[in-house]
Amino acid sequence: MRNINVTKRYKLWFSISGAIILVGLIIMLMNGLNFGIDFTGGTMMQIDLGKTVEVSEIKDVIADFDLNADIVHAGAESNEVIIKTKASLSNTERIEIFEVLKAEYGLADEAFRGAEQFGPAIGAEIRNRALLAVVIASVAMLLYISVRFETVFGLAAVIALIHDVLILLSIYAIFRISVNSSFIAAILTIVGYSINDTIVVFDRVRENVKREKGKSHFEVADMSISQTITRTINTSLTTLVVIGSLFVFGVSSIREFAFPLLAGVAVGTYSSIFIASPVWALLRHKISRKDAYAAK
Amino acid sequence: MKGKNTLLFFLIVALIAGTAFVAVNGLTIGSLAIEPVGDAMKLGLDIKGGVVVVYEAQTEEEGADLARTMEQTKQIISRRVNELGLTEPIITLQGDDRIRIELPGVDNAQDAIDIIGKTALLEFGLVTGPVPAIEGLPATTIDYETILTGTNISDAFVSQDEFNAPVVSLEFDAVGTDLFFEGTKKAIDNPDKSGQIAIILDGEIISAPYTRIVISDGKAIIQGSFSYESANNLAMLIRGGALPVQLDEIQTSVIGPTLGLDSLKSAINAAIVGLLLVVGFMIIFYRIPGIIASIALTLYACIIVFAMIGFNATLTLPGVAGIVLSLGMAVDANVIIFERLKEEMKSGKSLRASIDSGFHRGMRTIIDSNVTTFIAALILFAFGEGPIKGFAVTLMIGIVSSMFTAVIITKTLLKLSLGFSDRKKLYGSRG
Repeated sequence: MRNINVTKRYKLWFSISGAIILVGLIIMLMNGLNFGIDFTGGTMMQIDLGKTVEVSEIKDVIADFDLNADIVHAGAESNEVIIKTKASLSNTERIEIFEVLKAEYGLADEAFRGAEQFGPAIGAEIRNRALLAVVIASVAMLLYISVRFETVFGLAAVIALIHDVLILLSIYAIFRISVNSSFIAAILTIVGYSINDTIVVFDRVRENVKREKGKSHFEVADMSISQTITRTINTSLTTLVVIGSLFVFGVSSIREFAFPLLAGVAVGTYSSIFIASPVWALLRHKISRKDAYAAK
Repeated sequence: MKGKNTLLFFLIVALIAGTAFVAVNGLTIGSLAIEPVGDAMKLGLDIKGGVVVVYEAQTEEEGADLARTMEQTKQIISRRVNELGLTEPIITLQGDDRIRIELPGVDNAQDAIDIIGKTALLEFGLVTGPVPAIEGLPATTIDYETILTGTNISDAFVSQDEFNAPVVSLEFDAVGTDLFFEGTKKAIDNPDKSGQIAIILDGEIISAPYTRIVISDGKAIIQGSFSYESANNLAMLIRGGALPVQLDEIQTSVIGPTLGLDSLKSAINAAIVGLLLVVGFMIIFYRIPGIIASIALTLYACIIVFAMIGFNATLTLPGVAGIVLSLGMAVDANVIIFERLKEEMKSGKSLRASIDSGFHRGMRTIIDSNVTTFIAALILFAFGEGPIKGFAVTLMIGIVSSMFTAVIITKTLLKLSLGFSDRKKLYGSRG
């Protein structure tokens, strides 16, 4: 079988990932993340105006409310607008705003397509609970892998996992994607997918370590990656095809949801080959060198 | 032997096809009816439209007092929601001081929120007409004269009468004591009138006791054939005529029915296209095993939807993500096995031996990766809430059904398929 040389060039892969994460971090520090209203508190209203209306015009129409709102177009023909504001508006206030637009553009009641409102405190709470769940889940997975494989595998898998989450955060920062509840779903998918992928490769490494006693850890890792590469590519492709069709055919809310999943699966696949395996080989290499010194 | 295997193969395929047919179209045999999945599946508000409102009680109360207040609030809100005549409203207490109201498929969401938040009116009315008041009927069925309102009642609770039967005890405030004294006097003084007092909440008669004495000390009991439960319910309703605490709207989500429907339609279309592409890919790449994997995936999809219906789980958008992830893992399990199969064939083993050892060696990988993901899903289910729970549920169901279909169905069908052909080429081997 043709062998792929991946793990020896770990410096290259680590630099690529490091660069992406660095750019993401710098942008995050400069601009902050684009938090959605479910994480900051605020109000979102989606209204069907029946025609494309300029954002500036809508701003004038609702100027009296002094909302300092973000207004974007939505819907297949940009006939809808989404009005987002950091202020948490009550039901009565939302109805007032809608009534003004209703009178201005002669709308029916059904034109009010949807609204979301989050109080300021609840945003932080949702965010913290979600983070806690993800952290506990990661620890539990680390424990399981440590028991089934060994601690070094577990460590490498979790390092890859942290890498994935950082990359995803950077993608959100770079593309100014709204960090909201679908972000959490994306993180969860990444965690699940990345672990799944990493384990498939590690399982082969575990097998090859026993069989190929004379080879270095880097060689064993490369060999295992080569043996599983068809499976890795096929699985990623099929999953990407399913999510990709959600992205292509979905309405805006589904699309907003599918993009981070697409990125998550791609990053999860990348990290199982280019991050998790080299990290494992590197850690093992260091440990065995230390053991060799100790033996002298 | 070969003929028997082929027959069995087609029998299993026919069974799976039948299951899929039932899932799509439903089935009625005599009294046994299975609804089509499209009708039976409970859809989350983010898909089918509706309102979710979370209120937080603004109160200093703690512990048992707070719990009592929240329970009252829930009862009152339930009554108001029921007035709206919606199907399947869900009202739950969240944490210590929050109440979550879900109204699926409500037409005018903004009005509904208004009705929930309004102040209710509790009245004690002296029945003045010839028609007696009957519990559960609207107040418009009787003639009455208001004696006092809910603001004059200081407490209502369950106690026992001299026969140890549960009764509802009422206590009035100073103004209420006077008003009730006047009211009962009027009831007794007019023997031609029945002496009946109707307790009316939001226009509905919730109790209709008769008074036989004039009550002047501001304390009254309502006797009747109460169970402890029913007495407690009545006490709670009287106590809570008005909402006992101020509620602040801390989270609202209104999804218009058309918006939700757009999401669902496009998600279904996308899923169909995606699945067809996956099936096409598997068949081209893996030949006979690819066809078998597609059959197994069909069963996997059926198991997921029937399990969701069986557990009464609700499908939400994050739930869709969970299904997509587990679908990926289901395909993965098949791919892992088929790749192992190819390796085994390459090492010169017979097709039958390759299938056995391919499965044996692939299983360990599949179990480890699925168990790890299952652990993650379990913890997300235990610690997460709302969208995270929805994700975890579909992921767990998906993992279990993908293990079952990949391991049992794929393996069985692969072995039976040896009846058609034993050419390794048709099993993906290039050698």
